[in-house]
Order: sequence, then structure tokens, then C-alpha cells
Amino acid sequence: MKKQLAGKCFKAAFVGLVLLILYAPILLLAVYSFISTDIIGQAGTFSLQHYVKLFGDPIILEMIGNTLLLAFLAAFLSTVLGTLGALGMFYCKKRVKAVLHGASQIPVINAEIVTALALAITFVVVGIGKSYFTMLIGHMVICTPFVVLSVMPKLKQMDNSLYEAALDLGASPFKALWKVVLPQIVPGVISGFMLAITLSLDDYIVTVYTRPNGFETISTYVFNATMRGNAHTAETLSSFWALTTIIFLVIVLFVVCSNLVGRKKKEATK
Amino acid sequence: MKVPRFSRKTLCIPYAVFLLFFVILPMLVILVYAFTDRNMGFSFGNFVKFFSDPTKLSTIVYSIVIALITTVACLLVAYPIAYILARSNMKKKHVILMLFVLPMWINFVLRVNAIRELFNWIGLLGQTNYFNTVFGMVYDFLPFMILPLYTTLMKIDNSLYEASADLGGNAFTAFTRITLPLSVPGIVSGVTMVFLPSMTNYVVSDMLGNSMVTIIGKFIYEYFGSDWHMGSMVALILLIVVFISTWLTGGFQSEENVRGANL
Repeated sequence: MKKQLAGKCFKAAFVGLVLLILYAPILLLAVYSFISTDIIGQAGTFSLQHYVKLFGDPIILEMIGNTLLLAFLAAFLSTVLGTLGALGMFYCKKRVKAVLHGASQIPVINAEIVTALALAITFVVVGIGKSYFTMLIGHMVICTPFVVLSVMPKLKQMDNSLYEAALDLGASPFKALWKVVLPQIVPGVISGFMLAITLSLDDYIVTVYTRPNGFETISTYVFNATMRGNAHTAETLSSFWALTTIIFLVIVLFVVCSNLVGRKKKEATK
Repeated sequence: MKVPRFSRKTLCIPYAVFLLFFVILPMLVILVYAFTDRNMGFSFGNFVKFFSDPTKLSTIVYSIVIALITTVACLLVAYPIAYILARSNMKKKHVILMLFVLPMWINFVLRVNAIRELFNWIGLLGQTNYFNTVFGMVYDFLPFMILPLYTTLMKIDNSLYEASADLGGNAFTAFTRITLPLSVPGIVSGVTMVFLPSMTNYVVSDMLGNSMVTIIGKFIYEYFGSDWHMGSMVALILLIVVFISTWLTGGFQSEENVRGANL
């Protein structure tokens, strides 16, 4: 009995330690985002100066806007393209399906840098200059296969005879797809969309290789600021503390809310 | 006259076209560039040049060693966590699993920057470049290892453990004869998802290794500015490595686990 308890404590300690290390950098920045110093470790008083700086810097605000808009556009287009693709693939002959599935896997298993370099050279070869369009395509290449991969399992679970029944009852094929098939795969479509958003928000490499000149996202801006530095480096870097803290809080809030909604749904169906 | 019925197959045409132009075509372009010289004449020169440069070769070896250490460290940290969570009968284990995935939703570069600030504070930045790089990679890729392991460990039937105990097996034999063999698919997909990015993601090695650690991904970046043919050759080699490892491991199995989309 004693041995079991010791084992339990050891397990809890291990999990706790890894979690502590995982959250240490984030919590460090969260604490210092409220302290009036630009150097971590230096004493200071409680202050919102980093937040004021963050929201007062038009360049930083622009790059945040850029990142969000790009992620939303890329995720939306990827979701439409990927959902249609998954639907079509599902009803294709085995061979066509295998080929499309194989091609979908390429961006998933490939190193991001290979995808990025290949796209960048291809755009030049074809004669398309780097623009917002090429960057959007780059993000869609990364995101769309994941949408397909999250919609596919839902299609497989679906009862196929419902679509036929809808047609027999006089629905047009489009109406049958919209009213009968789509509602059944919605969870897959939503998780595909969410996945696409996070992939696009996170991306650094594909953005760097396909973006138009002067376009900055959070990833590229933060990377450049930390690596190359600029006239206000210390101040800029400390405004990233505030940005990290805000993003972290938004994520925590989102997770808590979606858990609560999920629990309510479960209770409602009981 | 019957109107030809709308075929649902046609819905995949836009996606097929998209794949053709933006996935297949770029791979072919890489292939062509890898085997041509600056005048677009056929040549094995890039291949020979790459493999006859001793500094390049030693960097590749370094890069592979870093990726191996990262992968093993990830596995050593992730396996106990996945095992503890999967085998515990705690009601809230879902929440704890979520805690491991949550930092992953913070922007990647901001996350690495947070580690950089921490290292700068404790005085490691610029001092222990290789350690910092490996730490950053383990930090960033850990969930890719935990999630597939957790899913495969959850699938193991509890009655197997009961049978093992009934037949006189102790905890150690139960682990080596049941848990380990049955979790191999999870190990394989975790390893493939960690190994490749740790050879190519130069954001981590640049930001935490103080630009002193060069990995294969950085080569491609450097060649992108100077010699696309050489860059394509390196990319092609990476591509071939990926295909061989995917083929050997029987395909990429844990798409659903990626980034905890189904949590």
C-alpha cells in the first residue's frame, strides 16, 4: 500500500515537473509584462507600460491584423476547398481516390521548408511575382490537406443511404448534399477549420518564402526583431511579453469556454 | 430525355487542380532544378558538389545527431507522461492532457522567444548553444510525441493486464510484453513527427542557438539566396528521406492526432 502511494506521488511529481518547465517561459513573460522594466530580472513596479506600448505601436498592430486576416482567409478558403475535395474524393473510384489521397499527404509529411522552397521557385518559373495571392496559396497548401484529413473520417462514419433517400424523396443532388450530407460532417469541417487557423497563425517558413515585400506577420516580425534587432529593440521585445500574455489568456479563455459548452451539450443530450 | 445526373465526384475537381498546380508541380520543379546547372543543362554537379564538401557533410552529421537527441529526449519525456495519463483512472486526465497541448497554440515564434528570454535571464543564451537548441525543439515538439502515444496506449485492453497478472506476470513483464509492443505504432508516428522538423526547423536553432547551430533546413535558406539548383538538391534529398521513412513505417497514421485537433 505504501509502495503504491509512493508510486503515485512519483508519477504526479514527474507530470507536474514537466508541466512546470513547459509553462515557465510563458509565466515568466506574463509576470514581467506587468512590471516596469525592459530587462527580465530587473526590479520594477507594477505597470501597464508594455501593454500601452503594444497598443500604441501602429507597426505592431498592423502585423497583428495581417496575421489574423491571413489566417482567417487561408482557413476559410482551405475549408471550402478541402470539404468539397473530401466529398468528391469519397465518391471517386478507388484508384482516383488513392492518387488524390497520396498527393494530399505530400504537404503533410514533407518538411515545411521543402514545400516553401518548391512553391517559391515554382512561382518564379511560372512567372507569378510574390504577392498576397502567392502567400495565400502557400498557406492553403499547408492547411487544406488537414481539412481533408479531418472531414474524411466523418464521411466514412456517415450512413450513405440517407443521401439516396433524399434523392428518392425528390431533393435535388445539391439540396441533398446541403441538407443531408453536410450536417453530418459539420464536426469534421469545424475541426478542420480550427486546425487550419492554428497552422496559418503559427507559420513562419512558408510565409517568408512566399510573402510580398514588406509584409509582416507576428512570426516574421518577432523573428526579425529578436535576431536582427532595431533601434528600439528592448522596448519592442518587451511589448512581445504583453502580446504573448494576451494570446495565452485568449487561448485559456477559449479552451475553458469550449469545454463548458461541450459539457452543457453533453448534459442536454443525457 | 433524362437530364444527366449530377455526379458528386466532380466536387473534387477544384481540389485536384489545386494539388496538381501547387503540390505536384512544385515537386517536379524541385526535381528538375536539382539535376540541372545554372544554364538549365542536365547535370549531376549539384549532387557531387554537395557530397564532396567536408564542411557540409559534417554539418549534416551534426544536424542528424541533434535531431536524434531531440527525438530520443522527446520520447523519454513523452512516454512516461502518456503512460501515466493513459493508465490512470483519474476523471480529469483529459484536462491534464490539454495542459500539455495548450502552449502549442501560442504563436510558434513567440513561444521560442519566450524560451529565449528565459535562457537570457538565467544566463544560458549564447553559452550552451547546442543544449538550448535541443531544449527548444523538445519543448516545441513534445505534444507531437505525447498525443500519438496517448492514443495508442488508451487503446490497450485492460483485460490484457489482468490476464498478465493472473498468469503471474509482474509489472515489469506486463510493460515489456504488453505495453511496449502494442505502443509501437504510437512511437513510430511520434518519432516521424519529431525527427523531421528537428532537422529542418531553423527558427529554433537560430533563435536559441544564437545562430551558431546550423541544421539542414538552414542550408536551404542560405541556398535560396544564392543557388536555387543546390537548394533544390538539398530539398530533394530531404524529400527522398521523408518518402523512404514514410514507406518503411507504413504511412502516416496519426493525422488525427496532429495538434490535438480532436481533443
